[in-house]
Amino acid sequence: MIDKRVTSAEEAVADIFDGATVMVGGFGEAGSPIELIHALIDQGAAGLTVVNNNTGSGEVGLAALIKAGRVSKMICSYPRTANSTVFPELYRSGKTSLELVPQGTLAERIRAGGAGIPAFYTATSVGTPLEAGKERRTFGEENFVLEHGLTADFALIKAKLADYHGNLVFNKTARNFAPVMATAARTTIVQTVDVVSPGELDPECIVTSGIFVDRIVIVDQPALESELVARGVSYP
Amino acid sequence: MTGTATVGLTRDQMAQRAALDIPDGSYVNLGIGIPERVVAFVPEGREVIYHTENGLLGMGPSPDEGTGDPELINAGKRRVTAVAGASFFHHADSFVMIRGGHIDLCVLGALQVAQNGDLANWSTGALDAIPAVGGAMDLVAGVETIHVITQHTTRSGEPKLVESCTYPLTGTGVVDRIYTNLAVIDVTEEGFGVVELAPGVDLDYLQDRTGARLHAASDVSEGVAGGT
Repeated sequence: MIDKRVTSAEEAVADIFDGATVMVGGFGEAGSPIELIHALIDQGAAGLTVVNNNTGSGEVGLAALIKAGRVSKMICSYPRTANSTVFPELYRSGKTSLELVPQGTLAERIRAGGAGIPAFYTATSVGTPLEAGKERRTFGEENFVLEHGLTADFALIKAKLADYHGNLVFNKTARNFAPVMATAARTTIVQTVDVVSPGELDPECIVTSGIFVDRIVIVDQPALESELVARGVSYP
Repeated sequence: MTGTATVGLTRDQMAQRAALDIPDGSYVNLGIGIPERVVAFVPEGREVIYHTENGLLGMGPSPDEGTGDPELINAGKRRVTAVAGASFFHHADSFVMIRGGHIDLCVLGALQVAQNGDLANWSTGALDAIPAVGGAMDLVAGVETIHVITQHTTRSGEPKLVESCTYPLTGTGVVDRIYTNLAVIDVTEEGFGVVELAPGVDLDYLQDRTGARLHAASDVSEGVAGGT
Protein backbone atom coordinates (compact mmCIF):
# COMPACT_ATOMS: atom_id res chain seq x y z
CA MET A 1 0.00 0.00 0.00
CA ILE A 2 1.48 3.28 -1.06
CA ASP A 3 -0.23 6.39 0.21
CA LYS A 4 2.01 9.39 0.75
CA ARG A 5 -0.61 11.70 2.19
CA VAL A 6 0.01 13.20 5.59
CA THR A 7 -2.66 15.06 7.49
CA SER A 8 -1.04 18.44 8.01
CA ALA A 9 1.81 20.70 6.99
CA GLU A 10 2.96 20.49 10.60
CA GLU A 11 3.30 16.71 10.36
CA ALA A 12 4.92 16.96 6.94
CA VAL A 13 7.86 19.07 8.15
CA ALA A 14 8.16 17.65 11.69
CA ASP A 15 11.53 15.90 11.16
CA ILE A 16 13.41 18.75 9.46
CA PHE A 17 16.46 19.08 11.68
CA ASP A 18 18.81 21.89 12.68
CA GLY A 19 21.49 22.35 10.05
CA ALA A 20 19.52 20.62 7.28
CA THR A 21 19.81 21.62 3.65
CA VAL A 22 16.34 22.46 2.34
CA MET A 23 15.48 23.10 -1.29
CA VAL A 24 12.45 25.35 -1.66
CA GLY A 25 10.62 25.48 -4.98
CA GLY A 26 9.39 28.68 -6.56
CA PHE A 27 10.51 31.53 -8.77
CA GLY A 28 9.33 34.67 -7.11
CA GLU A 29 5.88 33.77 -5.81
CA ALA A 30 5.12 31.30 -8.62
CA GLY A 31 5.35 27.86 -7.07
CA SER A 32 6.33 29.06 -3.62
CA PRO A 33 5.11 26.51 -1.01
CA ILE A 34 4.16 29.17 1.52
CA GLU A 35 2.17 26.95 3.89
CA LEU A 36 5.01 24.41 4.14
CA ILE A 37 7.48 27.22 4.82
CA HIS A 38 5.23 28.66 7.52
CA ALA A 39 4.95 25.21 9.09
CA LEU A 40 8.75 25.04 9.09
CA ILE A 41 8.92 28.40 10.86
CA ASP A 42 6.50 27.09 13.51
CA GLN A 43 8.51 23.88 13.82
CA GLY A 44 11.64 25.80 14.78
CA ALA A 45 14.54 24.16 12.90
CA ALA A 46 17.49 26.52 12.60
CA GLY A 47 20.91 26.76 10.99
CA LEU A 48 19.35 25.80 7.67
CA THR A 49 20.97 26.00 4.27
CA VAL A 50 18.20 26.97 1.86
CA VAL A 51 18.30 26.58 -1.91
CA ASN A 52 15.89 28.80 -3.82
CA ASN A 53 16.22 31.05 -6.85
CA ASN A 54 15.41 34.13 -4.77
CA THR A 55 15.10 35.14 -1.13
CA GLY A 56 11.39 35.79 -0.84
CA SER A 57 9.53 39.07 -0.52
CA GLY A 58 7.91 41.02 2.26
CA GLU A 59 7.79 39.16 5.57
CA VAL A 60 5.98 35.99 4.55
CA GLY A 61 7.06 32.63 3.19
CA LEU A 62 10.80 32.31 2.56
CA ALA A 63 11.47 35.90 3.63
CA ALA A 64 9.78 35.17 6.96
CA LEU A 65 11.94 32.05 7.46
CA ILE A 66 15.03 34.17 6.82
CA LYS A 67 13.75 36.97 9.07
CA ALA A 68 13.18 34.46 11.88
CA GLY A 69 16.92 33.80 11.81
CA ARG A 70 16.61 30.17 10.77
CA VAL A 71 18.69 30.38 7.61
CA SER A 72 22.44 30.46 7.98
CA LYS A 73 23.14 30.18 4.27
CA MET A 74 21.25 30.91 1.06
CA ILE A 75 22.19 29.29 -2.23
CA CYS A 76 20.49 31.30 -4.96
CA SER A 77 20.86 33.20 -8.23
CA TYR A 78 18.97 36.39 -7.58
CA PRO A 79 18.61 37.56 -3.97
CA ARG A 80 17.22 40.95 -5.01
CA THR A 81 13.54 41.26 -5.84
CA ALA A 82 10.90 43.90 -5.41
CA ASN A 83 9.80 43.95 -1.75
CA SER A 84 12.84 41.90 -0.80
CA THR A 85 14.37 43.62 2.22
CA VAL A 86 14.77 40.89 4.80
CA PHE A 87 17.67 39.06 3.20
CA PRO A 88 19.76 42.16 2.33
CA GLU A 89 19.70 43.28 5.97
CA LEU A 90 20.80 39.92 7.36
CA TYR A 91 23.40 39.52 4.60
CA ARG A 92 24.94 42.92 5.26
CA SER A 93 25.09 42.21 8.98
CA GLY A 94 26.83 38.90 8.29
CA LYS A 95 24.07 36.79 9.86
CA THR A 96 23.23 34.93 6.66
CA SER A 97 25.81 33.92 4.07
CA LEU A 98 25.23 33.71 0.35
CA GLU A 99 26.44 31.35 -2.34
CA LEU A 100 25.58 33.12 -5.58
CA VAL A 101 25.06 30.70 -8.47
CA PRO A 102 24.09 31.52 -12.07
CA GLN A 103 20.49 30.43 -12.55
CA GLY A 104 21.18 27.77 -15.18
CA THR A 105 24.10 26.42 -13.19
CA LEU A 106 21.83 26.26 -10.13
CA ALA A 107 19.19 24.29 -12.05
CA GLU A 108 21.80 21.97 -13.54
CA ARG A 109 23.56 21.44 -10.22
CA ILE A 110 20.23 20.34 -8.73
CA ARG A 111 19.48 18.16 -11.76
CA ALA A 112 22.94 16.57 -11.52
CA GLY A 113 22.53 16.01 -7.79
CA GLY A 114 19.26 14.23 -8.41
CA ALA A 115 20.82 12.11 -11.14
CA GLY A 116 23.77 10.94 -9.07
CA ILE A 117 26.23 13.07 -11.04
CA PRO A 118 28.81 14.57 -8.66
CA ALA A 119 30.09 17.32 -10.97
CA PHE A 120 30.02 18.61 -14.53
CA TYR A 121 31.65 21.23 -16.72
CA THR A 122 29.85 24.29 -18.08
CA ALA A 123 30.81 27.40 -20.05
CA THR A 124 28.66 29.58 -17.79
CA SER A 125 30.74 31.97 -15.63
CA VAL A 126 34.03 31.42 -17.48
CA GLY A 127 36.07 34.63 -17.24
CA THR A 128 33.79 36.16 -14.62
CA PRO A 129 34.17 36.66 -10.85
CA LEU A 130 31.92 33.64 -10.26
CA GLU A 131 34.59 31.38 -11.76
CA ALA A 132 36.84 32.10 -8.76
CA GLY A 133 38.04 28.99 -6.98
CA LYS A 134 36.66 26.59 -9.57
CA GLU A 135 38.62 24.20 -11.73
CA ARG A 136 38.86 25.29 -15.37
CA ARG A 137 39.29 22.81 -18.19
CA THR A 138 39.52 23.20 -21.95
CA PHE A 139 37.52 20.96 -24.29
CA GLY A 140 38.18 21.57 -27.97
CA GLU A 141 39.05 25.24 -27.99
CA GLU A 142 36.59 26.34 -25.35
CA ASN A 143 36.96 26.83 -21.64
CA PHE A 144 34.63 25.38 -19.03
CA VAL A 145 34.38 25.44 -15.25
CA LEU A 146 33.69 22.54 -12.94
CA GLU A 147 30.46 22.75 -10.99
CA HIS A 148 29.29 20.30 -8.35
CA GLY A 149 25.95 18.54 -8.14
CA LEU A 150 23.68 19.74 -5.36
CA THR A 151 21.58 17.53 -3.12
CA ALA A 152 19.45 18.29 -0.08
CA ASP A 153 17.98 16.66 2.97
CA PHE A 154 14.52 17.99 2.18
CA ALA A 155 12.66 19.67 -0.65
CA LEU A 156 9.49 21.72 -0.12
CA ILE A 157 7.52 22.14 -3.31
CA LYS A 158 4.07 23.10 -4.52
CA ALA A 159 2.10 21.14 -7.11
CA LYS A 160 -1.24 21.86 -8.74
CA LEU A 161 -2.47 18.32 -8.35
CA ALA A 162 -1.15 14.98 -7.10
CA ASP A 163 -2.29 11.41 -6.85
CA TYR A 164 -1.57 9.70 -3.58
CA HIS A 165 1.33 7.76 -5.07
CA GLY A 166 3.01 11.15 -5.48
CA ASN A 167 2.64 11.69 -9.21
CA LEU A 168 2.50 15.44 -9.79
CA VAL A 169 1.34 18.04 -12.27
CA PHE A 170 2.04 21.74 -11.94
CA ASN A 171 0.47 25.09 -12.76
CA LYS A 172 2.14 27.03 -15.60
CA THR A 173 5.41 28.71 -14.58
CA ALA A 174 4.93 27.55 -10.98
CA ARG A 175 6.69 24.36 -12.12
CA ASN A 176 10.15 26.01 -12.31
CA PHE A 177 12.60 24.29 -9.94
CA ALA A 178 10.14 21.83 -8.32
CA PRO A 179 10.67 18.77 -10.56
CA VAL A 180 14.47 18.87 -10.27
CA MET A 181 14.38 19.62 -6.55
CA ALA A 182 12.10 16.62 -6.04
CA THR A 183 14.82 14.41 -7.55
CA ALA A 184 17.67 15.92 -5.52
CA ALA A 185 16.26 15.77 -2.00
CA ARG A 186 16.32 12.75 0.25
CA THR A 187 12.82 13.65 1.44
CA THR A 188 10.49 15.57 -0.87
CA ILE A 189 7.45 17.19 0.69
CA VAL A 190 4.66 18.44 -1.56
CA GLN A 191 1.78 20.79 -0.90
CA THR A 192 -1.02 20.54 -3.39
CA VAL A 193 -4.55 21.81 -3.82
CA ASP A 194 -6.05 18.36 -4.20
CA VAL A 195 -5.12 14.69 -4.27
CA VAL A 196 -6.72 12.15 -6.59
CA SER A 197 -6.50 8.38 -6.84
CA PRO A 198 -3.82 6.69 -8.94
CA GLY A 199 -5.08 6.38 -12.49
CA GLU A 200 -6.92 9.67 -12.49
CA LEU A 201 -3.94 11.61 -13.83
CA ASP A 202 -3.08 10.95 -17.47
CA PRO A 203 0.27 9.09 -17.37
CA GLU A 204 1.32 11.03 -20.50
CA CYS A 205 0.92 14.31 -18.66
CA ILE A 206 2.52 13.51 -15.30
CA VAL A 207 5.52 15.83 -14.85
CA THR A 208 7.06 14.40 -11.69
CA SER A 209 6.78 10.67 -11.05
CA GLY A 210 5.79 9.51 -7.60
CA ILE A 211 9.14 7.84 -7.00
CA PHE A 212 10.58 11.30 -6.31
CA VAL A 213 7.91 12.25 -3.78
CA ASP A 214 7.71 11.23 -0.12
CA ARG A 215 4.94 13.25 1.53
CA ILE A 216 1.88 15.04 0.25
CA VAL A 217 -0.21 17.50 2.19
CA ILE A 218 -3.38 19.13 0.90
CA VAL A 219 -3.51 22.91 1.10
CA ASP A 220 -6.72 23.57 -0.75
CA GLN A 221 -6.57 27.34 -0.62
CA PRO A 222 -2.90 28.31 -0.74
CA ALA A 223 -2.05 31.90 0.09
CA LEU A 224 -0.59 34.13 -2.56
CA GLU A 225 2.66 35.80 -1.57
CA SER A 226 1.95 39.07 -3.37
CA GLU A 227 -1.47 39.36 -1.71
CA LEU A 228 -0.02 38.75 1.74
CA VAL A 229 2.71 41.32 1.06
CA ALA A 230 0.16 43.84 -0.23
CA ARG A 231 -1.84 43.38 2.99
CA GLY A 232 1.29 43.94 5.06
CA VAL A 233 1.15 40.47 6.62
CA SER A 234 4.16 39.47 8.67
CA TYR A 235 4.47 35.79 9.58
CA PRO A 236 4.08 34.49 12.21
CA MET B 1 22.65 72.74 -21.55
CA THR B 2 23.23 72.42 -25.24
CA GLY B 3 19.97 70.75 -26.10
CA THR B 4 21.63 67.38 -26.63
CA ALA B 5 18.91 65.72 -24.59
CA THR B 6 16.70 65.78 -27.66
CA VAL B 7 19.28 64.02 -29.85
CA GLY B 8 18.96 60.32 -30.38
CA LEU B 9 16.32 57.64 -30.13
CA THR B 10 13.76 57.05 -27.41
CA ARG B 11 13.62 53.72 -25.60
CA ASP B 12 10.80 52.55 -27.83
CA GLN B 13 12.71 53.61 -30.94
CA MET B 14 15.75 51.66 -29.75
CA ALA B 15 13.56 48.60 -29.22
CA GLN B 16 11.98 49.16 -32.62
CA ARG B 17 15.39 49.30 -34.31
CA ALA B 18 16.54 46.12 -32.53
CA ALA B 19 13.32 44.36 -33.56
CA LEU B 20 14.13 44.90 -37.23
CA ASP B 21 17.06 42.47 -36.87
CA ILE B 22 15.08 39.59 -35.37
CA PRO B 23 14.75 36.99 -38.12
CA ASP B 24 11.51 35.25 -38.98
CA GLY B 25 11.24 31.89 -37.28
CA SER B 26 13.67 32.57 -34.47
CA TYR B 27 13.51 31.56 -30.82
CA VAL B 28 14.37 34.61 -28.77
CA ASN B 29 15.05 35.42 -25.13
CA LEU B 30 14.56 39.04 -24.08
CA GLY B 31 16.18 40.52 -21.00
CA ILE B 32 14.43 42.71 -18.46
CA GLY B 33 13.98 46.42 -19.21
CA ILE B 34 14.18 47.98 -22.67
CA PRO B 35 14.66 44.54 -24.31
CA GLU B 36 11.15 43.58 -23.15
CA ARG B 37 9.76 46.33 -25.41
CA VAL B 38 11.15 44.64 -28.52
CA VAL B 39 8.13 42.31 -28.72
CA ALA B 40 5.83 45.14 -29.71
CA PHE B 41 7.91 46.09 -32.74
CA VAL B 42 8.76 42.88 -34.56
CA PRO B 43 7.70 43.54 -38.18
CA GLU B 44 4.45 41.97 -39.29
CA GLY B 45 4.76 38.70 -41.12
CA ARG B 46 7.59 37.40 -38.95
CA GLU B 47 6.83 34.61 -36.52
CA VAL B 48 9.04 34.79 -33.45
CA ILE B 49 8.76 32.59 -30.37
CA TYR B 50 9.77 34.11 -27.06
CA HIS B 51 11.42 32.15 -24.29
CA THR B 52 11.41 33.16 -20.66
CA GLU B 53 13.90 31.28 -18.55
CA ASN B 54 11.48 30.54 -15.73
CA GLY B 55 9.86 27.88 -17.86
CA LEU B 56 7.81 29.11 -20.79
CA LEU B 57 8.35 28.99 -24.54
CA GLY B 58 5.69 30.97 -26.36
CA MET B 59 5.43 33.95 -24.04
CA GLY B 60 2.73 36.45 -24.97
CA PRO B 61 2.08 40.02 -23.84
CA SER B 62 1.16 40.98 -20.29
CA PRO B 63 -2.54 40.62 -19.48
CA ASP B 64 -4.67 43.59 -18.50
CA GLU B 65 -3.92 44.98 -15.06
CA GLY B 66 -5.55 42.90 -12.35
CA THR B 67 -6.08 39.87 -14.59
CA GLY B 68 -3.93 36.89 -15.50
CA ASP B 69 -2.45 34.16 -13.33
CA PRO B 70 0.08 35.05 -10.62
CA GLU B 71 1.82 31.79 -11.48
CA LEU B 72 2.20 32.73 -15.15
CA ILE B 73 5.05 35.22 -15.05
CA ASN B 74 8.22 36.18 -16.89
CA ALA B 75 11.79 36.34 -15.66
CA GLY B 76 11.12 39.86 -14.40
CA LYS B 77 8.31 38.32 -12.31
CA ARG B 78 5.62 40.23 -14.19
CA ARG B 79 2.42 38.51 -15.27
CA VAL B 80 2.42 37.43 -18.91
CA THR B 81 0.29 35.24 -21.15
CA ALA B 82 1.03 32.07 -23.08
CA VAL B 83 0.37 32.09 -26.85
CA ALA B 84 -1.23 29.23 -28.77
CA GLY B 85 1.43 26.53 -29.11
CA ALA B 86 3.23 27.54 -25.93
CA SER B 87 4.83 24.98 -23.64
CA PHE B 88 5.84 24.89 -19.99
CA PHE B 89 8.90 23.08 -18.68
CA HIS B 90 11.07 22.93 -15.58
CA HIS B 91 14.13 25.04 -14.95
CA ALA B 92 16.75 22.48 -15.95
CA ASP B 93 15.05 22.00 -19.33
CA SER B 94 14.70 25.75 -19.71
CA PHE B 95 18.43 26.17 -19.33
CA VAL B 96 19.09 23.23 -21.63
CA MET B 97 17.46 25.47 -24.24
CA ILE B 98 19.83 28.29 -23.30
CA ARG B 99 23.07 26.48 -22.48
CA GLY B 100 22.63 23.87 -25.19
CA GLY B 101 22.56 26.52 -27.90
CA HIS B 102 18.91 26.07 -28.86
CA ILE B 103 17.88 29.71 -28.38
CA ASP B 104 18.86 31.67 -31.49
CA LEU B 105 19.07 35.19 -30.18
CA CYS B 106 19.15 37.01 -26.88
CA VAL B 107 18.61 40.74 -26.39
CA LEU B 108 20.02 42.06 -23.12
CA GLY B 109 20.67 45.27 -21.27
CA ALA B 110 24.17 46.36 -20.29
CA LEU B 111 26.13 48.35 -17.76
CA GLN B 112 29.24 48.25 -19.98
CA VAL B 113 30.29 46.64 -23.25
CA ALA B 114 33.96 46.43 -24.18
CA GLN B 115 35.33 46.69 -27.71
CA ASN B 116 36.20 42.97 -27.64
CA GLY B 117 32.60 42.03 -26.85
CA ASP B 118 33.00 41.57 -23.10
CA LEU B 119 29.75 42.32 -21.31
CA ALA B 120 29.13 43.61 -17.78
CA ASN B 121 25.45 43.70 -16.87
CA TRP B 122 24.93 42.14 -13.45
CA SER B 123 26.90 44.09 -10.87
CA THR B 124 28.67 47.40 -10.38
CA GLY B 125 30.93 45.68 -7.89
CA ALA B 126 29.89 48.11 -5.15
CA LEU B 127 30.91 46.69 -1.80
CA ASP B 128 27.53 47.10 -0.13
CA ALA B 129 25.57 45.77 -3.10
CA ILE B 130 23.74 42.46 -2.86
CA PRO B 131 25.15 40.46 -5.75
CA ALA B 132 22.47 39.02 -8.05
CA VAL B 133 23.19 37.35 -11.37
CA GLY B 134 20.05 35.47 -12.41
CA GLY B 135 20.35 33.85 -15.82
CA ALA B 136 22.57 36.46 -17.49
CA MET B 137 25.78 34.41 -17.45
CA ASP B 138 23.99 31.35 -18.83
CA LEU B 139 22.45 33.37 -21.64
CA VAL B 140 25.70 34.92 -22.85
CA ALA B 141 27.55 31.61 -22.56
CA GLY B 142 24.95 29.57 -24.38
CA VAL B 143 23.13 31.73 -26.92
CA GLU B 144 24.87 32.11 -30.26
CA THR B 145 23.87 35.70 -31.02
CA ILE B 146 23.84 38.32 -28.28
CA HIS B 147 22.39 41.75 -28.96
CA VAL B 148 22.53 44.55 -26.42
CA ILE B 149 20.18 47.51 -26.06
CA THR B 150 21.49 50.29 -23.88
CA GLN B 151 21.70 54.03 -23.53
CA HIS B 152 24.99 55.14 -25.05
CA THR B 153 26.14 56.76 -21.80
CA THR B 154 25.22 56.61 -18.14
CA ARG B 155 22.94 59.23 -16.60
CA SER B 156 26.02 61.19 -15.60
CA GLY B 157 27.41 61.02 -19.13
CA GLU B 158 30.03 58.31 -18.69
CA PRO B 159 30.54 56.06 -21.73
CA LYS B 160 29.06 52.57 -21.48
CA LEU B 161 30.95 51.39 -24.56
CA VAL B 162 34.52 51.12 -23.35
CA GLU B 163 37.99 49.72 -24.13
CA SER B 164 37.68 47.25 -21.29
CA CYS B 165 34.99 46.79 -18.67
CA THR B 166 35.65 48.03 -15.17
CA TYR B 167 32.57 46.31 -13.75
CA PRO B 168 32.49 42.55 -13.06
CA LEU B 169 32.01 40.60 -16.29
CA THR B 170 28.97 38.59 -17.28
CA GLY B 171 30.89 36.92 -20.09
CA THR B 172 33.91 37.45 -22.33
CA GLY B 173 33.74 38.23 -26.04
CA VAL B 174 30.02 37.53 -26.19
CA VAL B 175 28.34 40.65 -27.61
CA ASP B 176 27.67 40.80 -31.36
CA ARG B 177 25.71 44.01 -31.84
CA ILE B 178 24.76 47.03 -29.72
CA TYR B 179 21.73 49.28 -30.18
CA THR B 180 22.04 52.58 -28.37
CA ASN B 181 20.06 55.78 -28.47
CA LEU B 182 22.78 57.17 -30.74
CA ALA B 183 23.88 54.33 -33.03
CA VAL B 184 23.92 50.70 -34.06
CA ILE B 185 27.39 49.28 -33.48
CA ASP B 186 28.86 45.88 -34.24
CA VAL B 187 31.62 44.22 -32.26
CA THR B 188 34.19 43.34 -34.92
CA GLU B 189 37.75 42.05 -35.09
CA GLU B 190 38.85 45.70 -35.18
CA GLY B 191 36.65 46.75 -32.26
CA PHE B 192 33.49 48.84 -32.37
CA GLY B 193 32.21 49.14 -35.95
CA VAL B 194 29.56 51.79 -36.51
CA VAL B 195 26.73 50.43 -38.63
CA GLU B 196 24.19 53.19 -38.37
CA LEU B 197 23.83 56.62 -36.78
CA ALA B 198 20.64 57.96 -35.23
CA PRO B 199 19.15 61.08 -36.81
CA GLY B 200 21.13 64.17 -35.84
CA VAL B 201 24.17 62.18 -34.73
CA ASP B 202 27.50 62.31 -36.58
CA LEU B 203 30.63 60.26 -36.00
CA ASP B 204 32.46 62.96 -34.03
CA TYR B 205 29.51 63.38 -31.69
CA LEU B 206 29.38 59.60 -31.22
CA GLN B 207 33.12 59.26 -30.68
CA ASP B 208 33.02 61.97 -27.98
CA ARG B 209 30.57 59.83 -26.05
CA THR B 210 32.32 56.49 -26.55
CA GLY B 211 35.13 55.14 -24.39
CA ALA B 212 36.93 53.29 -27.18
CA ARG B 213 37.90 54.05 -30.76
CA LEU B 214 35.10 53.72 -33.29
CA HIS B 215 35.51 52.33 -36.77
CA ALA B 216 33.01 53.38 -39.39
CA ALA B 217 32.16 51.48 -42.51
CA SER B 218 32.24 53.69 -45.61
CA ASP B 219 28.53 53.16 -46.08
CA VAL B 220 27.48 53.97 -42.52
CA SER B 221 23.95 55.22 -42.72
CA GLU B 222 21.89 57.66 -40.78
CA GLY B 223 19.27 55.83 -38.79
CA VAL B 224 15.90 55.07 -40.26
CA ALA B 225 14.37 53.50 -37.19
CA GLY B 226 13.16 56.69 -35.62
CA GLY B 227 9.65 56.09 -36.85
CA THR B 228 7.09 58.68 -36.07
